[in-house]
This record gives sequence, structure tokens and C-alpha cells, in this order.
Amino acid sequence: MSRRVVITGMGVVAPNGVGLKEYEAALRGGVSGIRHIPLLDELKFGCRVAGVPQGVDELAESLFDEDELMAMNSSHRYGSIAAIDAWADAGFERPDPEDDTVHWEAGAVIGTGVGGLDTAGDKLVPMIDAGRVRRLGSTMVEQVMGSGVSARVSGLLALGNQVTANSSACSTGAEAVVEGLQRIRAGLADRMLCGGTEGASQYAWGGFDSMRVLCRKFNDEPEKASRPLSASAGGFVPGSGAGILHLESLESAEARGARIYAEVLGGALNCGGHRSGGSMTAPNPTGVQRCIRQAVRDAGVEPGEIDAINGHLTATGADPSEVASWSKALELGPEAFPLINSTKSMIGHGLGAAGALESVACILMLRGRFVHASINCEDVHPDIEPFAASIPHETREVAGLETIIKAGFGFGDVNVCVIFRRWPD
Amino acid sequence: MCHLSEVARLRGLRNTIKGRDFRMDTSEIQSKVVEIIGRYAKNKDALGSVTDETNILEDLKVNSARLVDVILDFEDEFDIEVEDEDADAVNTIGDAVRLIQSKVA
Repeated sequence: MSRRVVITGMGVVAPNGVGLKEYEAALRGGVSGIRHIPLLDELKFGCRVAGVPQGVDELAESLFDEDELMAMNSSHRYGSIAAIDAWADAGFERPDPEDDTVHWEAGAVIGTGVGGLDTAGDKLVPMIDAGRVRRLGSTMVEQVMGSGVSARVSGLLALGNQVTANSSACSTGAEAVVEGLQRIRAGLADRMLCGGTEGASQYAWGGFDSMRVLCRKFNDEPEKASRPLSASAGGFVPGSGAGILHLESLESAEARGARIYAEVLGGALNCGGHRSGGSMTAPNPTGVQRCIRQAVRDAGVEPGEIDAINGHLTATGADPSEVASWSKALELGPEAFPLINSTKSMIGHGLGAAGALESVACILMLRGRFVHASINCEDVHPDIEPFAASIPHETREVAGLETIIKAGFGFGDVNVCVIFRRWPD
Repeated sequence: MCHLSEVARLRGLRNTIKGRDFRMDTSEIQSKVVEIIGRYAKNKDALGSVTDETNILEDLKVNSARLVDVILDFEDEFDIEVEDEDADAVNTIGDAVRLIQSKVA
């Protein structure tokens, strides 16, 4: 049994926009969500800028009760807001907690890269070390467990199908979409909330800072700090937030007359095995190319049908090799290369949420028939220069935009690639 | 080892130093108890008509896991320590009020 899978709802909590409208406007306007974070000065981070969604606590207080809020750290708040927004956007009412109806046909794959490190750093570790374990209370476990957010969401929305959290570092968010695609295709679920969430925490970012993979040169100009594809890229800017996509079987969507944004045509997941240049922190190019090719085959499209690439493109030294892999895997040289952009140029690297935030961006671009600017790369990296004409520096309106391919690559040499096609009006 | 009455005296002194009104009456304790439990109650409507017999889990729909937090809040609010066995015996608002009274007396 293989069924077609479509996207019928989305929710997003991004550093440059909370909610689909704000996010689309920010993407269209090339608006950066990267800000200076004073705490990072105090803590002597090399990188002192980050992408953090704004106004979330006030929004959370209007959506959740006191009992729920006390057990919701930043990653829980972002993920839960995005999930209930996606649910509502798909046309479903938020269930009454007193109503015992369970949506047995609907589940969730909501991943995270680092989980509730803010809770661990702010409360769990200091209190245990001070001999105050008795004072931790009941909300620690649910905030630090990997599946905390999917667990919270399943209660908010009465989900009864598989509810889980995937984790594959920076490919987590897009991997969740492929997991949902496969589950619905296989007939095991009709609807899946898929995506990722990542909290804003110095404890999540510190390890990257020490590895010297974060941008250190633009602390005084936060909006210019995230520079994928550029010669002046000096590392990624840490981000946070959540993106959730409501995946649904085409038959379910049609049966209830749902508004369909796009079809998930196909996807692929693999690992480069830490060989041929791949490692814990770098991708094996052969693995990347295989993943892209598998996704293209799975989707049943020709590379020439692809109108735009939304890359992983983090603004580290890996950007040139990523572009080379796209070209090789799709067998499209610079002359035939589709448009390519990096959403991270505006929101930074949302780690486990990145692929989900960026997948939402892909669907918004398909619906609005535009390809957002990849900002801060006026000085295109010399190795990418042959492809410079494919990089939009301003938002490009693309009347015939039908198909976008999106990839994500994570620590552990893991790869994900997914292909979306605009649903006809 | 101090005698228990000495502990109570010292605790009272500590509360006086903190500037708290140590000698709360029953209704005052009850209203603080309801305020604390109210944070966790899923049935907010029932908070308006609480009696001694109101069951914390069943009537106010507090998640049983959160009883731990309720007890920690009692400890903070009334500057008391509640043993696990005492905490386990709290089922109703009246149980909570009596427990707190016995500790602050």
C-alpha cells in the first residue's frame, strides 16, 4: 500500500516571525531574525548573536494554563505553539481536555537535536549538585526527556497514533517529515504532525562555540552574521524555534475537503558512514549525493523539473562542497542549475528545528510562488561563483514555481532530502 | 538534638524574623492552600466552591504527579517541612489545611 501524502496545515515559531503570516512576510522581505544576546557577552562566548523567536512567552500564556506552562521550557513552548497552530491551520479544533475522544488516526514525529538543555542547566544539575533533589518537583523528567514535546503535543491534541521524537542532529526536522511521509504512505496513519523544535539556550550553543564553528566576526552586526554561500562566512549562527507540518494522506484530505498546500512527493534518509571524508562533523559527499538521488527517484521527478533548492547551507566551510554535491547528484551544471537559497541566512541554524523551519519556508514559497533571498552573500564564495546566477539576493517572484527540493545534513554524517510540489489551486 | 518544641520555637522565630505573620487562622491557611492548588487545578470552576471535603485529584482535577509540586509550594509558603508519609495522606483540602496547621502551630 502506498498512498500520496499532502501537507494540509503548518505552524511556525521562527526568530524572524511567529505564525505563518509573519514568517512569510519576513522571508519575502529578507528580514533577519538574528539579534545580539547580552547573556553571551557575560558568558564570554565567541559568538554573541543568535536567532530567538520573539514574544513567545506572552503567546504561550494565552494558549496554555499555569499547570502546563510550569512544565514547558523554551523548546516545549515553541513546539507546542507550532503544533496547535498546524492543527488549527489544517482545519481541526483544539480538543477540550474533558472530551475523551482520541484521534487514533493521527500521530506526531516531533524531534529535537539537544532537547531540554535549558532545564537541565538552569535547574536539574544545580539543584542535584546542591543536594536538593527532593526539591526538583514533578516537571523535570518531561522537560528533559527527548520525547517531551511530542508527549506534550499528544496530550494537547488527543493524538492516538504513533507519537515519538526523532533525533538526528541538524537533519532532525526534515527527517521527521520523511518519517511521517513513510508512515502515512504505508497506511499506518492518516495524519501526522511532523517537524522539530529547539530551545534557545546557552547550554545548547556552548559546545558549538568551543568547537569554533559559530560565527564570531559579526557580533556588532547581528543581522549580517549568518552568511551562507559567502566568501566571508565564518561559521553558523545558532538559532531556535519550531516548525510543524500537518501531513495527511491525500484520500483523507480529499474526503474532508481540506485545503492542500503541497504534496510531499518523496524523500530519502541515509548516513555516509563516516567514510570518504565523512566524520562525526562532516558529511561524506557520496552519502549526500546518494541521498539526493534517492529522494529524486522516490519522488519520481526528473532533476530538470526542480525549480529551486533550499539547501542545508549553514555558513560554514561546508557550503561549497554542498553546492558541488547538489550539482553532481542532480547532474545539473551551472548553466542549468536551479535557484538555490538558504533560509538560515535569516534565521540562523535552528539545529533540530532547522529542517522543519525550512520545510515550512519551502511550502510558503511554493504557495506564494516566490524564492526568498539568500541574504548576506553579496560576496559569493569563490568556489560557488560558477553558480552565482542561481542565488537570489532579493526575493524572486517565480510564476512557474512548482517543485522545491530540500536537504539537511547532521552531525553523525546523517542526511535527509525531501521534495515538495505545489498543489494546484 | 533539639527537642521538637524547641524546633518549633526556632522556626517561629525564623518566621518572625522574615516578617511573616506566623499565626495564621484556618481560613487564611485555607485560602492560601486553594490559591496554591489552583495553579495546578484543571477544573478551575470548582475552585470557587471549595470545602474541607473537596478532593484535590478528583474534584479539582489536579494531575497526581503534581502533588509533589503542591507539597513543595506548601513548604515554601508556610516555611514548613512535610514528610513523605504526611504528604501521602493529603487527599482533600481539609487534609492539607490540617497538616499545615499542625506544622505551623
